Amino acid sequence: MAIVARFQVEYTRFLDPQGEATQPLPPFALDPAALVPLYRAMTQARLFDSKAIALQRTGKIGTFASALGQEAIGIGVASAMRAEDVLVPSYRDHAAQLLRGVSMAESLLYWGGDERGSDFAVPRMDFPIAVPIATQVCHAAGCAYAFKLRGEPRVAVCMLGDGGTSKGDFYEALNLAAVWQAPLVVVVNNNQWAISVPRSQQSAAPTLAQKAIAAGIEGCQVDGNDVVAVHHLAQQVLAKARAGGGPSLIEAISYRLGDHTTADDATRYRDPAEVEAQWTFEPIRRLRNYLLRLQAWGPEQEEQLIGECSAAVNAAVEAYLATPPPGAADMFDHLYATLPAALQEQRAMALHFALRLAPHEGGGGGSHG
Amino acid sequence: MAELNLVEAVNRALAWEMEHDPAVVLLGEDIGVNGGVFRATVGLQQRFGAGRVIDTALAETAIAGTAVGMAAMGLKPVAEIQFSGFIYPTLDHVINHASRLRHRTRGRLTCPLVLRSPCGAGIHAPEHHSESPEALFAHVPGLRVVMPSSPSRAYGLLLAALRDPDPVIFLEPTRLYRLFKQEVADDGAALPLDVCFTLRAGSDVTLVSWGAMLQETQAAAEALAAEGISAEVIDVATLKPLDMATILDSVARTGRCVIVHEAARSGGLGAEIAATLAERGIYSLSAPLQRVTGYDVVIPLARLEYQYLPSVERIVAAVRTTLEAT
Repeated sequence: MAIVARFQVEYTRFLDPQGEATQPLPPFALDPAALVPLYRAMTQARLFDSKAIALQRTGKIGTFASALGQEAIGIGVASAMRAEDVLVPSYRDHAAQLLRGVSMAESLLYWGGDERGSDFAVPRMDFPIAVPIATQVCHAAGCAYAFKLRGEPRVAVCMLGDGGTSKGDFYEALNLAAVWQAPLVVVVNNNQWAISVPRSQQSAAPTLAQKAIAAGIEGCQVDGNDVVAVHHLAQQVLAKARAGGGPSLIEAISYRLGDHTTADDATRYRDPAEVEAQWTFEPIRRLRNYLLRLQAWGPEQEEQLIGECSAAVNAAVEAYLATPPPGAADMFDHLYATLPAALQEQRAMALHFALRLAPHEGGGGGSHG
Repeated sequence: MAELNLVEAVNRALAWEMEHDPAVVLLGEDIGVNGGVFRATVGLQQRFGAGRVIDTALAETAIAGTAVGMAAMGLKPVAEIQFSGFIYPTLDHVINHASRLRHRTRGRLTCPLVLRSPCGAGIHAPEHHSESPEALFAHVPGLRVVMPSSPSRAYGLLLAALRDPDPVIFLEPTRLYRLFKQEVADDGAALPLDVCFTLRAGSDVTLVSWGAMLQETQAAAEALAAEGISAEVIDVATLKPLDMATILDSVARTGRCVIVHEAARSGGLGAEIAATLAERGIYSLSAPLQRVTGYDVVIPLARLEYQYLPSVERIVAAVRTTLEAT
């Protein structure tokens, strides 16, 4: 018998759950001041997240997918990207989107049921979120191919969940991207739950990272609640992809502290004690403890940050609530570059029978899916 | 001018546009070195390189899905689905993404891809190679669905599809690939999308069809002419969006209409045309319109496929029914 292939999956962590360094930090993190922007961004994302849930509960937006507890993944990855890179996100990636420049008001507009929320003022080339699971991995592979063909030093960064790695789209996209050696980075947010199905029932593979190895792609694991580790690995694989080294996959181990969406009730299938225990590992307190210990952060700064982030969230909410719904013709006006003659009559009919909607009517209040 | 069959016309149109637009890339199974199983892309990889004529892995979902990403990033991907029965895995990307990207982002990102696929029966092909899926795609807002019926229209309509800023499903009838040749100028001139072509003027009945079925439809018109019955023949060509104005105008003159398509009857595109005629043209009709279509059955294997396909005889019979009705 001959062994024709062996593989290993490396796991990286720099900060333990108490915020203590388990090994020397990578160069970018040596000055703790460099970590403050990551801390601020995670805090902003979480405050936005909790406000969005409150807005759904009060009927001001529709169903919302919380990223509670997974902020280090989006922030760690997006902070390692360049403006000209392209983010191809799932529906749980607003942390990454906000850091990329998507405004909170745009995100609320989207979740409030208004397509204009995906017309980001910045970043213009990032994809809107993908609701159909893992389809975006194929799109990102195609983006990466375009960059490679034109010789552009850009990287397509795709995010999906642990459940998404069960989809054929995921395998097909990894397989093609590897053949193409395209500049693609795939980040799996392994938050342990795909709605009600736990990681153990999603796949018998010991790691999700090894699914990449099957496609000939480097796959690694990272503590997804350690923003230092996520950013460090993202930096490495982005640099590799940009230099022509081909695709990589990062499996970021985290935990979905909230429900799947506001339409879900996780107590139906998940032991609250498990969730309670997982709060020990969440990413924001971890980094705060590290910064506090090094005296790079303090209660005054914390208070000021919370005040600033809350004010920004409140301003976004006001902007969202003050945005009138688009007119009925809007359904037609972006469907094709030029509205085909065959649709002119239906457009006129929609205008004729148009409902009069109050500023935030026509969206919000949804309780399903 | 060159004498080209339909598959050669497709090849020339692809070559012309690749020569003139560096954003055009082709992707699909066996399209490069092998030139495609029907030879539609023969010689193009040698001419334009493996970067622009991509032999993909065997994965239709990813062919459609990566084409969405390429299109959004400014390329003009032309994805080939090898056989018509293999087109179904692309539906998720075509329906959920390609057709909606412009709308979802208010035009910030667009999806100008072309999805080419052979379609239709009549060449004794294996199972799952003889589908007529046009109505599936024609039901989807945001798409264009185009089916040529001759080499010259394949050339001109494919060029138009390649230059269209929105996604186009381009269905090529395999039965026509090598059935006959036509003079094609190969001058890069596109034909218009979104309009029907009137192939034959007539005054007694309007025959509406598309793709390979225009062979039987035109033969039926010829047979009827021998009896002194004057049939107008309309090639719908762009199935989505539908140019009903041309059809309504014709029926207003003839007062009778027979719709011919190869796909199964229920929910077929003929039903949409018939419904619109009922809404807007019913006072023009001197007789109930007729549909001559594939039956609502699984498309049979080779031995029965011509039992399934509408024949000249069936079309002529339907025309007689409309003429005899009062």
